[in-house]
Amino acid sequence: MDFSYYFQYFLSGLTNGSTYIIVAIGFNIIYNSTGIINFAQGEFLMLGAMTTVSYLKFMPLALAIICAVFTTMLIGFLIDLLFIRTLHKPTVLKMIIITIGLSIIIQELALHIWDEKVKTLPYFTGSLDTTIKIFNAYISPQVLWVLGSSIFIIIILNLFFKYSLIGKAMRACAVNKEVARLCGINTKNIISLSFIISSGIGAFAGCVITPLSQVQYNCGTPIAIKGFTVAILGGLGNNNGAIIAGIFLGIIESFSILFLPLAYKEAIATIILLIILICKPSGFLGKKELQSLKEF
Amino acid sequence: MNNLLEIKNLTKSFGGLIAVNNVSFVVREGIIKSIIGPNGAGKTTLFNLISGFYKSDDGEIIFKNQKINKLKPFQIAKKKIIRTFQNIKLFSNMTVLENIMTGLHLSGKSGFIASMFKFPNSLIEEKKIKKKSFEILEKFNLTKVANENVSNLPFGQQRIIELARAYSSEPELLLLDEPAAGLNIYETMELAEIIKQINNNKTTILLVEHDMALVMKISNEIVVLNSGQKIAEDIPEKIQKNPEVIKIYLGEENA
Amino acid sequence: MVKKIIFLIFIFIIVIALQKILTKYGIEFYLTQIIMSIYYTICILGLCLLMGYAGQISLGQAGFFAIGGYTSAVLTTLNLMPYFQQNNKFILFLIKLNAAAFREDMFGEKILTITPFAAFCFAIIFSAIIAFLIGIPVLKLKGHYLAMATLGVGIIIYRIVLGTQIFGCADGIYDLPEFKLFANLAISGSSKLRVQNYYIAIVILSIILILLYNLINSRIGRALRAIHTSEDAAEALGINTARYKLYVFVISAIIAAIAGCLLTHFNGGISPAEASIMKSVKYVAIVAVGGMANFYGVMFMGIILQFLSLRGYFGSFDDLIFGAILVAMMLFSSEGLFNIFKLRKKYE
Repeated sequence: MDFSYYFQYFLSGLTNGSTYIIVAIGFNIIYNSTGIINFAQGEFLMLGAMTTVSYLKFMPLALAIICAVFTTMLIGFLIDLLFIRTLHKPTVLKMIIITIGLSIIIQELALHIWDEKVKTLPYFTGSLDTTIKIFNAYISPQVLWVLGSSIFIIIILNLFFKYSLIGKAMRACAVNKEVARLCGINTKNIISLSFIISSGIGAFAGCVITPLSQVQYNCGTPIAIKGFTVAILGGLGNNNGAIIAGIFLGIIESFSILFLPLAYKEAIATIILLIILICKPSGFLGKKELQSLKEF
Repeated sequence: MNNLLEIKNLTKSFGGLIAVNNVSFVVREGIIKSIIGPNGAGKTTLFNLISGFYKSDDGEIIFKNQKINKLKPFQIAKKKIIRTFQNIKLFSNMTVLENIMTGLHLSGKSGFIASMFKFPNSLIEEKKIKKKSFEILEKFNLTKVANENVSNLPFGQQRIIELARAYSSEPELLLLDEPAAGLNIYETMELAEIIKQINNNKTTILLVEHDMALVMKISNEIVVLNSGQKIAEDIPEKIQKNPEVIKIYLGEENA
Repeated sequence: MVKKIIFLIFIFIIVIALQKILTKYGIEFYLTQIIMSIYYTICILGLCLLMGYAGQISLGQAGFFAIGGYTSAVLTTLNLMPYFQQNNKFILFLIKLNAAAFREDMFGEKILTITPFAAFCFAIIFSAIIAFLIGIPVLKLKGHYLAMATLGVGIIIYRIVLGTQIFGCADGIYDLPEFKLFANLAISGSSKLRVQNYYIAIVILSIILILLYNLINSRIGRALRAIHTSEDAAEALGINTARYKLYVFVISAIIAAIAGCLLTHFNGGISPAEASIMKSVKYVAIVAVGGMANFYGVMFMGIILQFLSLRGYFGSFDDLIFGAILVAMMLFSSEGLFNIFKLRKKYE
């Protein structure tokens, strides 16, 4: 096999990997401000894509995507409002169970609102047949959209957390919520904001990947598991780690076809998840002391 | 008198912070020894090291001439070193009686199968444990609240229950982590009496405390820690006059 | 003590009355779903021990149910005739032990398979070993990490049974023989034996319930509850928390495997759906709504909810309802609905 073949696999891995990175960042943002792992994270991607499909019926693609992202952000906000804020005695167990329950409810509602069929979105530029030639490999322009938007999201978030006042407030909450509160930061709003951001980037990532891998009412869970694997691999709460871990998982999955039957590709993420949980739950780049979970 | 517990050059760091720095002292059998020092001095870390919750980076912990550094917490408990915790860790889903009975866990042997199928041995054991628990409740004046859920009881009483639970394991060395924290003057005096009585019953006691009155009243010896290092080790009267000790608590001028 | 006996007599009467009424009104077939519900509930009781009492969350209980069921299924349907015809010593030995026997399959052909009882024993031991091996690394984790690890285990088991030829892939395994017990009793899906199977299921449920109650009200039970509330304090009192958590995990898996085995014989077959994550989540929902650490509550809610689900009363909203139960329970009453009726054993 020549270089262009490998490059193809590499790009495919990178593409999937960047979706996983966005999901992982979504996990991290919510985890950092609340200590909760949001099992419903994958559903945000699904909702983003599904609502775009619906909006597409009466508006152009770009507008549909924008509306869908806002709709999903609203849903994320509602989830925080209705389920997270109202919790009286939050414990880790309760939060796990609630987000699992929410994940199921959202999936089933999606099944009844849309249907069980696989749906897709039009390519942002070009169509199914359009290809761009890079290094002798033919790739769809959508791949560039996925990679580009992921990089864009990562850069924007980096700038946001580093330089904006709200971003710094969120980082403060991540480190120590009690002290953040003492500094006058309204932590409840920060939590809402983290849900809004996570659902927003998730929705957008869902839209941008759908022309390539389609969307179905129950596609949220497998994506969430992979995103979670990436988040843990990179160290829970560590966005930079997530980037490296996401690229790693995407590429391993992609190249796995060379040695394993296709049926096992799905299981790779789960196996890596188990291995990392058993050997080093704090991930590649996480510190051992950070292994203890945050209190809600 | 023998050395029940020997701490030799014990060191523990977390990342860049050295929490316990080359600390050495001994605890002779039958005495009450207190560890004091400002916050962050490394006292609770020391306790966690002795009771097996942390692994030391360097040094030795020797109990009855056996090195116990590498043992897990439950193994250390089996050696009759029992500890209490700074923030009370009572079993909130159980009654006072059940908490004490759990304290007597080590006095029984029946396993899963024996318990599930109610082998006669396990039933006899249960009866013994229950009887012993009532004796302990009696001793600590807790009989009236035996069937109360521990979370319904006042804080001061909870402290005593935790002490009773630790005592029920018949420890040779009892590690008390800030037993007077959160208690008022009367409760502290009551605590002092209880600790002295436990000591009279041949239990060696090592305690971490901030309450100086309590410490000075009941201790035979005191160890002073500051920033992870041992500053002084002596009898209470001499510690009170030790300039180094006064310096770390009250500042340079008062020395 | 008297209260307890009256309650038990009451339950006894209801159990018998239910069957008599159903028979009288000609809707005896309801018993089929009731029996299935009972077996699922047994599996759920195992989870209740693990989650409610020992405080360890598991999103993989359905996986162990499937291990029990599939092991039984494979062993009792795998045709060993070719080995017999080759005079394989091991096979002959098994026949001698009554671990393998001849029977007719659904096409009327004579085949040689492992007997249900031998398969049952093997399945239990096998599940215990797997639970033991998985438990050692996994139970070191806590909270989210433990949930995710057990979820991962469940997913892998599901993928294995779904993708492997010997487990029948998506179709699963069918044509299981009856599980003959003593004295003409048999676990089977045959409608003639339905009433019999109802009582067999009730008896097995009762035995498991009694064993679990004995465990909880013993020294070990206290240790487990201690581990749930404060693992550190439990360790400090000499309780080997790592080992106890492992044992409870294994026992919970064994109970799930027993339920899996017996239900598979009752149904006459098993499919990958039994190992799905949705099943595991349903089981967690039922433990939550039954009151976490409340065997009776979990038992009642288990039988009722599973029955309604199996008879299709929830329609296409089945999963949605269980999801909603999970959320509602956690928001409003994490102690579960049934704690009002909770029977507490008071120490005299």
